[in-house]
Amino acid sequence: MYNFDVEQPSTLADAVQALSRDEAQPLSGGQTLIPTLKARLAAPSVLVSLGGIADMQGVSVDGEGRLCIGGGTTHATVAAEAAAHYPALAGLAARIGDPAVRNRGTIGGSVANNDPSACYPAGVLGSGAVIVTNAREIAADDYFQGMFDTALEEGEIVTEVKFPIPSAAHYEKMLQPASRFPLVAAFVAKTAAGVRVAITGASNNGVFRWREAEAALSANFSADAVAGLSVDGSDMISDLHGTGAYRANLVGVMTKRAVAAMG
Amino acid sequence: MPKDGGIGASSKRREDVRFLTGNGNYTDDMNMRGQAYVHFLRSDIAHGTINSVDTSAAAGMPGVVQIFTATDFEGVGGMPCGWQVTDKHGEAMQEPGHPVLATGKVRHVGEPIAAVVAESVEQARDAAEAINVDISELPAVVNMKDAVKEGAPKVHDDLTSNLCYDWGFVEENKGAVDQAFVDAAHVTTLELVNNRLVANPMEPRVAIGDYNRSDGEHTLYTTSQNPHVIRLLMGAFVLGIPEHKLRVVAPDVGGGFGTKIFHYQEEAFCTFAAKACNRPVKWTSTRSEAFISDAHGRDHVTKIELALDAAHNFTAIRTDTYANMGAYLSTFAPSVPTWLHGTLMAGNYKTPLIYVNVKAVFTNTVPVDAYRGAGRPEATFQLERLVDKAAHELGVDPIALRRQNFITEFPYATPVAVEYDTGDYVATMDRLEEMADAAGFKARRAASEANGKLRGLGVNCYIEACGIAPSNLVGQLGARAGLYESATVRVNATGGLVVMTGSHSHGQGHETSFAQVVAEMIGIDENMVEIVHGDTARTPMGMGTYGSRSIAVGGSAMVRATEKIIAKAKKIASHLLEASEGDIELKDGAFSVAGTDKSVAWGDVTLAAYVPHNYPLEDIEPGLEETAFYDPSNFTYPSGAYACEVELDPETGQVTIERFSAADDFGNIINPMIVSGQVHGGLAQGIGQALLENCAYDADGQLQSASYMDYAMPRASDLPFYDVDHSCQTPCTHNPLGVKGCGEAGAIGSPPAVVNAVLDAMRSGGKDVGHIDMPVTPSRVWAAMNG
Repeated sequence: MYNFDVEQPSTLADAVQALSRDEAQPLSGGQTLIPTLKARLAAPSVLVSLGGIADMQGVSVDGEGRLCIGGGTTHATVAAEAAAHYPALAGLAARIGDPAVRNRGTIGGSVANNDPSACYPAGVLGSGAVIVTNAREIAADDYFQGMFDTALEEGEIVTEVKFPIPSAAHYEKMLQPASRFPLVAAFVAKTAAGVRVAITGASNNGVFRWREAEAALSANFSADAVAGLSVDGSDMISDLHGTGAYRANLVGVMTKRAVAAMG
Repeated sequence: MPKDGGIGASSKRREDVRFLTGNGNYTDDMNMRGQAYVHFLRSDIAHGTINSVDTSAAAGMPGVVQIFTATDFEGVGGMPCGWQVTDKHGEAMQEPGHPVLATGKVRHVGEPIAAVVAESVEQARDAAEAINVDISELPAVVNMKDAVKEGAPKVHDDLTSNLCYDWGFVEENKGAVDQAFVDAAHVTTLELVNNRLVANPMEPRVAIGDYNRSDGEHTLYTTSQNPHVIRLLMGAFVLGIPEHKLRVVAPDVGGGFGTKIFHYQEEAFCTFAAKACNRPVKWTSTRSEAFISDAHGRDHVTKIELALDAAHNFTAIRTDTYANMGAYLSTFAPSVPTWLHGTLMAGNYKTPLIYVNVKAVFTNTVPVDAYRGAGRPEATFQLERLVDKAAHELGVDPIALRRQNFITEFPYATPVAVEYDTGDYVATMDRLEEMADAAGFKARRAASEANGKLRGLGVNCYIEACGIAPSNLVGQLGARAGLYESATVRVNATGGLVVMTGSHSHGQGHETSFAQVVAEMIGIDENMVEIVHGDTARTPMGMGTYGSRSIAVGGSAMVRATEKIIAKAKKIASHLLEASEGDIELKDGAFSVAGTDKSVAWGDVTLAAYVPHNYPLEDIEPGLEETAFYDPSNFTYPSGAYACEVELDPETGQVTIERFSAADDFGNIINPMIVSGQVHGGLAQGIGQALLENCAYDADGQLQSASYMDYAMPRASDLPFYDVDHSCQTPCTHNPLGVKGCGEAGAIGSPPAVVNAVLDAMRSGGKDVGHIDMPVTPSRVWAAMNG
């Protein structure tokens, strides 16, 4: 990796200040950024570590009954502490990567990066969560804007994600055999506003809501309701691990299985 | 009663104590005083003409000691190839030059163009980025069949084509084989790909060059399976250093799997640069570099045909294989698809007529060479897939068809030039059928189907040739080396022994199993025996470890040396006991006079050898140290039968292995636990090839699976609990231990069983696709099911 400075602010305000430096980059769990630096594929002048900001840590429930997860909270912490409140989300966190990844990687880092094959974007979009930053609150439907693209402005930090807790939810994932990222995964949630279905790993445009399945499931919540539906494979990721047509098939299978698992 | 020591005991691996407590001494653990670090600037273009390499800006970068390019290696030899194959017309193969640093052209992604030696790795990398390389890109040749077409771009401009050789075996049989196909009652044809693999030993390659100006001695510390071979190749052919001025040390090595047999440019570079820079030079491969610089394995495209008579007897086999050599000939590359592949094509069957054609092809990819099994997995995969396909075409039981055609009388001379000394293929198949509970399969399939899954059972046999090899034979076949093995047994005055072996352990457990053999022969505790390996300054000239040869060839050398020790010790004992030498017996570490209670302990004899006060000095020399070289008279032929049971999810194409049974015949066994461990590891690699591992290039010669993000290694959760058995034992008839070797069997025998099982599952779901290529990924299975 190239040389860089490190800032370790303990408050959000100091972090925002530090990120105003030229070619500064925020560092959360570093599970994407550090390998990128090691491969010399990025050369920030300063890394601003968000790990020391106490206000961005932890899992709690707010007055509206929402599960609030600090942006700097690791997957392992979510897996342990969200289990009693939102088991589907805790289960998602518990199966990200391997133990080393789960003990370093954070929800804020994952959501800010918006890898098209990451797990959290499906959970956040599927839950209809709200992404809280140092500047504003952004609804998940407005936040994810395509592969590695989000509504975040330069220097904006994901401080918290607030999840309305659905009456039932399930995350079903097919693993890419090498990386063990999702090849395709579906997050299905029964929310007050109807059924939400978020798909990750499949689309060239990153995580997306499968509206057709949502409508079918809102009318008739059963695996059979989605059995006849299909998505267009031409917009899907096609690589060594699967064609677009295969991923399109998995979108249906993972969704159906998620629904079945919810009983 | 299991033994608690000696031959047949499952002695715990003594070397594991240091490996598991972080006390191993791997090459990267070694640091020389004043060492500098090298970083190689590697080509990111598969094929191109080098117009210029401008190092002027880089030379002034911080920490730079010296930058090397091809011009620094003018007058230095190229990387040698250790095996010359003669083609079907009697012509020698086309053998291109292989420079240490790319000269004139780059021919694969990863080829080193320049090398920066600097005070730190990071400084070397920084400077390498400042080197300005101007390359005019040329069309890359990736697909083998395209590569041999008229007018294809040439990887090597000075060769007539991209065809390294066109090998026919046995050429004289071709007409008879073709006639057998004309006369056949049934012909089964199969086209398949044996997928290219990256070896991925846990420890990446490392090299440290060191030069001592005071005595002119070079030392290379390297991650090698065969330090003497490296010393010979690098000293004699590349750098022109006489062997008495060159020491090669291969200390603890973290896995080789074949890819650490070969002599690599980085080794020659570090040795050369250490003298040029007058300080030690160290290179540690990154995992990313390993993907594009370690020799790859397999990569065959094959058409195979089987002729059968009306009674389903095999009458002939004909194969046509394209074998990828990559951009250059790696050390033993030409031998893999020929002598290590064609000679195995009879398998376990008495097929009277066989013809094997292999076209070896140059492409703009990383060189391909031996990888665990080397040629034999390719032969086994095509043959055992073919027999399975024939059984289904004929509507007969695949096991019954195999049994009908088994070789049952030994020795058996195959039509492909080898003679199997022993084997019992019926016995291993009988054992396998018990282990695999074939009778219970129907119920297990029903249970899977009740769960929405398909279940398949696949079986195969294998035979391999290990213990490579009789030197005079391989010399006739084109080897530029002998393939004996050596051992020096040094007995110390107080009775302990040190065995200096030419074999090299990089995970096989030699330090334990070799000691068991010597301890058994003398009747002493195995902790009195120490095994030394991996240093040309400490061991006799040896050829190293590969091809499951260590116990069969290296072990035999050790037995011969120990026999010499015992013979001399008996002379000493007879003197001490004042008895006739012929009456002396050695048992449980003591020499006794037959029929009497007179005896002398091992330690008293060894002490007498070094303190020869009461000693027959007029007849024998003092001391107790003997060396033996053992050159085998034949290969050994381990064999076995494997069964795999898979569950297949028809909606996703996901295949999971539910059961795996392996019945092997390795002849006599020194340490059953180590043998089981070797089979387990081999199975993991075979299953990895069958289900997961895919070294893929795009049409421009870029490696698509160039990291663990895309190259899927088998993980524990991908593998079942194996059922491994080696109770069927037909001892080898021509080596003193009756051993055959076990290191590669798992990797050779398992891929066809897995694929046969997947196809069986698919057929049970109403889809008979005839064949599916490895790796059998969920995507491929789903596409086949829905095609």
